Amino acid sequence: MNAAAIAGRVRVAGQWLQSWRRLRRHPPALVALALLGLVVLLALLVPLVSPYDFATPNWDELYQPPGRQHWLGTDGLGRDLLVRVMWGCRISLLVGIAASLVSVVIGVLWGATAGYAGGGTDSAMMRIVDILYAVPFIPLVIVLTVLFGRSFLLVFVAIGAVSWLDIARIVRGQTLSLKNREFIDAARALGLSSTTMIVRHVVPNLLGIVIIYATLTVPTVILFEAFLSFLGLGVHAPLASLGTLIAEGAKHMKAHPYLLTIPAVFLTLIVCSFSFLGDGLRDALDPRQQR
Amino acid sequence: MLKFLAGRLALAVPTMLVIATLAFGLLHATPGGPFDTAKRMPPEIQRSIEAKYHLDEPVWRQYLRYLGDLAHGDFGPSFQYRNTSVNELIRSGLPVDAVIGSLALLAAMLVGGCVGTVAALRRNRWLDHGPMFLAVLGISIPVFVTGPLLILVFAVQLHWLPSGDWRWGEIRYLLLPVTALALPYVAYVARVARGAAIEVFASPFILTARAKGLPTRTVVLRHALRPVLLPLVSFLGPAFASVLTGSIVIESVFGLPGIGKYFLTGAINRDYTLVVGITVLYGALIIAFNLLADLCYAWLDPRVRLQS
Repeated sequence: MNAAAIAGRVRVAGQWLQSWRRLRRHPPALVALALLGLVVLLALLVPLVSPYDFATPNWDELYQPPGRQHWLGTDGLGRDLLVRVMWGCRISLLVGIAASLVSVVIGVLWGATAGYAGGGTDSAMMRIVDILYAVPFIPLVIVLTVLFGRSFLLVFVAIGAVSWLDIARIVRGQTLSLKNREFIDAARALGLSSTTMIVRHVVPNLLGIVIIYATLTVPTVILFEAFLSFLGLGVHAPLASLGTLIAEGAKHMKAHPYLLTIPAVFLTLIVCSFSFLGDGLRDALDPRQQR
Repeated sequence: MLKFLAGRLALAVPTMLVIATLAFGLLHATPGGPFDTAKRMPPEIQRSIEAKYHLDEPVWRQYLRYLGDLAHGDFGPSFQYRNTSVNELIRSGLPVDAVIGSLALLAAMLVGGCVGTVAALRRNRWLDHGPMFLAVLGISIPVFVTGPLLILVFAVQLHWLPSGDWRWGEIRYLLLPVTALALPYVAYVARVARGAAIEVFASPFILTARAKGLPTRTVVLRHALRPVLLPLVSFLGPAFASVLTGSIVIESVFGLPGIGKYFLTGAINRDYTLVVGITVLYGALIIAFNLLADLCYAWLDPRVRLQS
């Protein structure tokens, strides 16, 4: 291993360690991280441990308020709300993370290609992004879900395809500025191969900003899925995402407000945590953008 | 300036074409026509209805005919609401959305701008941390949660305001939907304004103004206000678009007669012309407002050169 590669490795390790130290000085982000961990754990474990099922109606226990039998009460079909809300968290988190991954992959590939290629390719690709920015996607997604049925996969793909535009723009800008930086020139002058250069120098510098925006995409995606579910265009009954539960709760809120407030609290908790975590990561991973 | 406008309009035309083609193609690619009802119509009646709406022609003829009509500002007849044109439906629904949306954005700019500026002036103190924490909450709580909650508190429990419905000229009917729609934008504007204000307050010309001994009020209003407004203006263009789509939810929560309601029922009933028409309208409004925001930006900041 030559000196340059060792220098590269040391730099990268130091960078991540420093980021972690900066994140640790950011209490809201740490609290958010802990809360998210807790919600994920609950969402995974509760449906396994609970004696109740999310789908089976129980006609003897309709609209039970929160109590010892059912910690969060039951809904209009006597189903345990705790289990249903935890299933809702599972679905919302799954959709949020999977669709964010789709959009990050598309966005990074598109942006990096445009930024790296430059010239005519760059401006053509960015013109396409400009045009897509003006397309009213939410109406189109609504039409899509209405027309092709409410398939889970479609919701992923639709949301992922909608939310990559911002990431593409950011990654392109970052790639453009990286291309002309001194340390890239220095690395090239030291004779590093282009693969090593990309892995050691370009990717770590892109990775921070990609992680930040991925974290910030997750809550918007979760909200978007909840929005579709609220309009009745999300997952099929008896399965319910948090949006479906909120829509159901809103219908019965006059007599049974807990049916609305409990899923709303969990949705807010998840979305807020991702937002705070994203803010913390922005400070930790992108020190140039000081507050 | 003129060159910039021409360039933007030149981009707007293909964009509109893409939107119209996407919407038209999607609706025609799917099985089930608007007149495939459960009870079968006599074939000759079905044929004559389809002939009336030109559904018997090949798709490319329908597409060209539709684009031709669009170019004249004619969205065609609605399939679902017989004897009503899409233009008429839009004309009856859009004013509702325009009133709610513009009031919500106005509230967002005023309240959010003030909160953000104050937070920047009191940086890292409780008047900064408190509102900014609330702002993240405000961005994270979706409209379809705040809407029902507002109804629950102010209509069901306190009986102060009506829980929905719409009457022209009555402010009572506006308060809850506008509040619900405005909250996330208030929060967002407050965050953006805080960031901009912190940057502006740190810049040399503010230091000069302070060094001259000007009172804080004059420094903020006379010198800092304009540069703080700048990032908010560029936010207004996209915000307008999301206010429009956000109002789909507001309309269904509060039972308002806006175009979002027509859009949803149209999509479910395969009302081709209505859905394509509203989608195209959304697109046109987004383009128009982004352009307007860019023009305002250049007007507020003389350093900006408009380039196409």
